[in-house]
Amino acid sequence: MAITQSVPHSPPTTRWAAARFVGLLLVAGALATVVLMSLRIGSIDITNADAYNALFHYSSDSYEQTVVRTLRLPRTVIGLGVGAALAVAGAAMQAATRNPLAEPSLLGVNSGAAFAVVTAVYLGHLTHPLQYVWFAFGGALGASVLVYVIGSVGSGGATPLKLALAGVIVSAQLGSWLTALLLLNKQTLDVVRFWLAGSLAGRDLAVFSSVLPFLVLGVGGMVMLGNQLNILSLGEDAALSLGMRTGRMRAMVALLVVLMAGASVAAAGPISFVGLAVPHLVRALVGPDYRWVLPFCVLVGPLLLLGADIAGRVAARPSELQVGIVTALVGAPFLIALARHRQVADL
Amino acid sequence: MIPVKSLIPRQGKNPNLRLIQVGGMAFRVNTRVMLLVGMGITTLFLLGAWGLTLGSFRLPLDAIAKALKGVGSRDADFIVLDLRLPRLLAAMMVGPMFAMSGAIFQGLIRNPLVSPDIIGINTGASLAAVFWIVTRQPVSLLPVAAFTGALMAAASIYVLTWRGRISGARLILVGIGVNALLSATTTWLILRLPIDHASAAVLWMVGTLYGSDWVDVLVLASALAVLAPLGIGLMWSLGVLQFGDLTARSLGMPLERTRLALIVVGCALSGVAVSVAGPVGFVAFMVPHLARMLAGPMTGGVFALAGVVGGVLLLGADLVSQHAFPLSLPVGVVTAALGAPYFLFLLYQTHARM
Repeated sequence: MAITQSVPHSPPTTRWAAARFVGLLLVAGALATVVLMSLRIGSIDITNADAYNALFHYSSDSYEQTVVRTLRLPRTVIGLGVGAALAVAGAAMQAATRNPLAEPSLLGVNSGAAFAVVTAVYLGHLTHPLQYVWFAFGGALGASVLVYVIGSVGSGGATPLKLALAGVIVSAQLGSWLTALLLLNKQTLDVVRFWLAGSLAGRDLAVFSSVLPFLVLGVGGMVMLGNQLNILSLGEDAALSLGMRTGRMRAMVALLVVLMAGASVAAAGPISFVGLAVPHLVRALVGPDYRWVLPFCVLVGPLLLLGADIAGRVAARPSELQVGIVTALVGAPFLIALARHRQVADL
Repeated sequence: MIPVKSLIPRQGKNPNLRLIQVGGMAFRVNTRVMLLVGMGITTLFLLGAWGLTLGSFRLPLDAIAKALKGVGSRDADFIVLDLRLPRLLAAMMVGPMFAMSGAIFQGLIRNPLVSPDIIGINTGASLAAVFWIVTRQPVSLLPVAAFTGALMAAASIYVLTWRGRISGARLILVGIGVNALLSATTTWLILRLPIDHASAAVLWMVGTLYGSDWVDVLVLASALAVLAPLGIGLMWSLGVLQFGDLTARSLGMPLERTRLALIVVGCALSGVAVSVAGPVGFVAFMVPHLARMLAGPMTGGVFALAGVVGGVLLLGADLVSQHAFPLSLPVGVVTAALGAPYFLFLLYQTHARM
């Protein structure tokens, strides 16, 4: 885990901070480039000028500008929000559980939210996201509590392997129930099957704006808790002796994680592995200090998610690959590499 | 991990063990296990007979008997011989195949929480099968394609886990990764289908015996006839492998060849079963546990018992999924409803650190 690899010969603090600040600016620049690419690249390519005009001098006569405004802009904005939320949620879970494999999708949070949403849509005929977003939160909360309780009882405590297995099984169970629901109703299946693969495309900005407050609250709250995460990641005993009320802090972190994961699932469907890969990449880049890790996650998460989205658009032209599939194709090898590289099971 | 002790044959006198000599060969037979297998088969047939009577068109047992002889009414003949019987027989054989492949992989990996559906073997088989269907290849070769997929998944898990040696924990995590990778690819293939095909594909992905016909039954029967004896024969070697590589090698066992044989048989069992019924979850995981609970450590006999129990479980689950709900559900939903809580219970019970 990150804390064990704290840098032995770190440069003087101020210079190190300056370097990280420059790094943050560089990542922000890269993100701006990706955002621009996300507006331009797709089944039709769009010029810089059209992209700029669509944002600031929009005229609905231009076909290109309409494409940007109605299709590309929503998915880019959603990608920004969801990518940041998933990455920050993953980092927070990894810190609070001291588990390098913690991640919303691997620990069943995403499938809990997805199951709850589909159930609510099927049984309650709910159509508006503002109605079913609460079910996403409830499902995310229920599944994560279940996985954590099952993974942590027994003498060994919550080891990464037990948590991962519990997460996989809870996901499998919820997944099969969800499939049963979908099979009962072909219409629901046709609507939901793309959502279930995890996709930024074809989403309404209205949907996103209804969950935006939760995303902002979750991400913002978490970023401010960086120092507390540092203390939590030292372990229960150390955190207690530093005077932290660990129970309350963990509950707080869990609440924020559920907000972020539930809102992202409601907005874009279950997207896996962003929450796993981004925090590890960021820690490799800036070290284990969560006061820096979290802001970097806010930028690198969308960078990765939008990158995957663009790759999905380019890879299968003129149709496209759902971003959830791309992140799984990229992220699963990351999990394998992580399992190979480190003594994960010994942690 | 459960203690290795319980996986290997007990030492000392066991009153149930008999020595049976046939010509120049002698077999050690556990009469208790044989009795259990016999009881299992009886249950299987009773359940099957009852299953034939169930359905929207109610048929009493004597009408069934007539139809089986081919002398019933035309409707009854059609319903029993063409609809109910093939599906029933398919369930009776798919269950054993999943169960046996689960027993093999649990033994190989020496971890009772592992099964081919968690580490991606079944997903490999279903990816290959979906690919086969989407690209409109000849359906007759579907089982071969699924077997190849399972084998390739197993090979990649093995290669990716290998770092000088195979570590159990690493293998599970790598398997979860491989599983995610393969299922994402399968989802992508399914999304490219039009909705009516996609619905069928989704149904198949949960595991269903809907639409099993006599060709499926024939495929299953011939595969089972070859693979089950092979598996029973390999159980002794699997028992020796439980002692660890060093002991197995010093007992003169060709280690890698034995493992390869076990992997091939396990993959073939899972591949053929998946090609007919889709990746029905949790049977492979659950049934070996039940068999061990009933009869003790895994031997050839217990392996056969696992097969019979698998048949009873899947047939029962299929009947429940067809008749217990207003709409018929895929059988995989029922097995998941049974299996996932059981898994979580086992995980909860696991005391050893893993």
